[in-house]
Amino acid sequence: MDFNFNEEQTLIQRQVAQFIQRDYEWEKRQTLVTSDLGFSAENWKTFAELGWLGISLSENSGGFGGSALESMIIMEEFGKGLVVEPFLETVILCSGLIDSCGNEEQKADLLGPVISGEMHLALGFTEPQSRFNLADVTTEAKKKNGDYLVNGFKSVVMNGPNANKLIISARTSGKQNDKEGISLFIIDSNLDGVSLRNYPTVDGRRASEVTLENVIVPSNSLLSEEGNGFQHLEDAIDTATLAICAEAVGAMEVLYKTTVEYTKIRKQFGQAIGKFQVLQHRMVDMFMEYEQSKSLLYMATIKNVEGSKDAKKAISGLKYQVGKAAKFIGQQSVQLHGGMGVTEELSVGHFFKRLTTIITIFGNTDYHLKRYSQL
Amino acid sequence: MDLAFSQEELDFQEDVRDFLASEYPLDIKEKQDKRLPLEKEDMITWQKILATKGWFAINWPKEFGGTDLSPTKNYILQNELASANTPILIPFGVNMCGPVVYTFGTAEQKKKYLPGILNSDVWWCQGYSEPGSGSDLASLQTKAELQGNSYIVNGTKTWTTLAQHADWIFCLVRTETTGIKQEGISFLLIDMKSKGVEVKPIITIDGSHEVNIVYFDDVKVPRNNLIGDEGQGWNIAKFLLRHERTGIAGIAALKRELKRLKEISANVIVGEGSLLDDSKFRDKLEAAEIELTATEFTELRTLSQISSGGAPGPESSILKIKGTELQQNISELFIEMLAYYSHPFLTETELGSNESIGPDYAGAAMPHYLNFRKVSIYGGSNEIQRNVISKAILGL
Repeated sequence: MDFNFNEEQTLIQRQVAQFIQRDYEWEKRQTLVTSDLGFSAENWKTFAELGWLGISLSENSGGFGGSALESMIIMEEFGKGLVVEPFLETVILCSGLIDSCGNEEQKADLLGPVISGEMHLALGFTEPQSRFNLADVTTEAKKKNGDYLVNGFKSVVMNGPNANKLIISARTSGKQNDKEGISLFIIDSNLDGVSLRNYPTVDGRRASEVTLENVIVPSNSLLSEEGNGFQHLEDAIDTATLAICAEAVGAMEVLYKTTVEYTKIRKQFGQAIGKFQVLQHRMVDMFMEYEQSKSLLYMATIKNVEGSKDAKKAISGLKYQVGKAAKFIGQQSVQLHGGMGVTEELSVGHFFKRLTTIITIFGNTDYHLKRYSQL
Repeated sequence: MDLAFSQEELDFQEDVRDFLASEYPLDIKEKQDKRLPLEKEDMITWQKILATKGWFAINWPKEFGGTDLSPTKNYILQNELASANTPILIPFGVNMCGPVVYTFGTAEQKKKYLPGILNSDVWWCQGYSEPGSGSDLASLQTKAELQGNSYIVNGTKTWTTLAQHADWIFCLVRTETTGIKQEGISFLLIDMKSKGVEVKPIITIDGSHEVNIVYFDDVKVPRNNLIGDEGQGWNIAKFLLRHERTGIAGIAALKRELKRLKEISANVIVGEGSLLDDSKFRDKLEAAEIELTATEFTELRTLSQISSGGAPGPESSILKIKGTELQQNISELFIEMLAYYSHPFLTETELGSNESIGPDYAGAAMPHYLNFRKVSIYGGSNEIQRNVISKAILGL
């Protein structure tokens, strides 16, 4: 048993931490959030140059053969800076999916450009009625003249506006909630019949409602085999869950520490409010929730890397704990900042907003507690 | 980072399992499995058996007769012992007094006290709390006045666990009444057979006699029973608390109890299914399991820090808080599971016999629940632990 990072991992951690500290000032981030693109293309180029975009992808796809551990390290640091660049969507979620089940041609076509920073991707895995059930798919893909004819709707597709290509789940057979019969397609965003309604999300990121109307999708856009997309989708979501939990752990660390420091300088009734025991104990509870989340993050990530048979259960346990902790730390950080906590001006509210969306993304606490008990 | 055991560690695990299969006495095992109280002799017997393998003073340095087991082997050992439901070790000698003596004691003191702790021939108890000083430990009043080559000790210690069995007591006493209260405290070892020592039982709400009041009336204690210097007692106590807290979470035993809870509740019929199928109950159980895993890995992270050269720090306060919250939570779930059959109040002879009432696992659950209200109170109450984290980690 060993909980230390190896030399290379320590180096990556230092590199990302340095980037956040030096090149990701809060004011700059806030300008990015309100810009048209929603993030910095220049930063994305830097990520590519530093090799971060290919770090977790296999060598045979042109990546560096890292694992969920390297992703965890990057995402935890990103969480500290509340990074808005769509690393999770393009790299972890979509590229990870292509890396694990795409054919050689797809890998070459898509992952090369991702690693060099020229390609963005988004995954459409939810529909208005599906909530967290990945098998609840009504979008249909029917074989027609050797192509597929796709009709349906994908909701709240993260990074949709920016994606050159979308990966969507569609039903090629079976009933609405069947795990069998779900296929994954890589669809060019500007194909005829694909229309996106783009919008910002409350955490300063971007998403789309995607309507697919009689879209003719060539058969070589099918990822893996027809009808067996569910397992790949679930695996990709699980890996991404680990990554988003790492982001949350980074964000929670900054948030609880910011709150502790604030209570040392904010004076009321003639003394720093951090001297009040009722607030001290609240902050200790925040600290403990953070530590417990970090412990499960390490555990679940290592189990995933080692291919342990209870890795999925560990991920659900982690997401449950992170959801619980993110809510508590987020809400209490706002509370302890008083009125300032609800202002646009302070970073606290923005950390709170991202933690709040993370609670839902890939399944909330109720969902994951239930999944934990079923696995 | 990895969670895997090395081949040597796997062999060790096998070794522990073989040992438990052949050396764990059946009469003790039966009492443990029925959750019956153990006699003093049972506890000593088991500790002596463990000592034959060097699995008793596992954290002691080798030079003092310990095993200095690696954190991973210690983890394996604790899990195997707990999973076999072996008796808990009495910590006062091996985990408390021993480390103080080999860290702060003179060569002569080490020679005198350590062997008796290692072979479990000498039973120690802990004299910290007093009727007027619980969480505010530094306010203690028991006085030790130096007269010639002896201290004359007067005062009262309370909540003294298993003092009725004890041969010796290690005490925090006041050797100085002026100045800063922490600096007037010293660490003194007292023979329980000394004239003027009197032990009176305190019966707790579970009906058991576990704790006591110990009175000291002009007790004469040789001066060389003092550990460290006069006034060093507070620092020694802090050293001890830090060490005590790392094992206090009781993770391995919690894993066993949770597993047991799950197994039994799967057989409690409710309507068409079992209690475990009841999502309200099930959610509480699964949430406890996740919290337990988190606490286990918080402990492992702490241990990993220690083995890379760090000392157990105030982080171990998390383990005390989380571990005891889980102990109470799980004891409460047992009561929920049993419903009415948690109510019969059985005598020790009825427990585990044919005269038992309800299912055979029922009788011990409520006393255990009641008894375990203590865990968030002792060892520095959980509120005190939060103060410690607030001050030492958060800097508030």
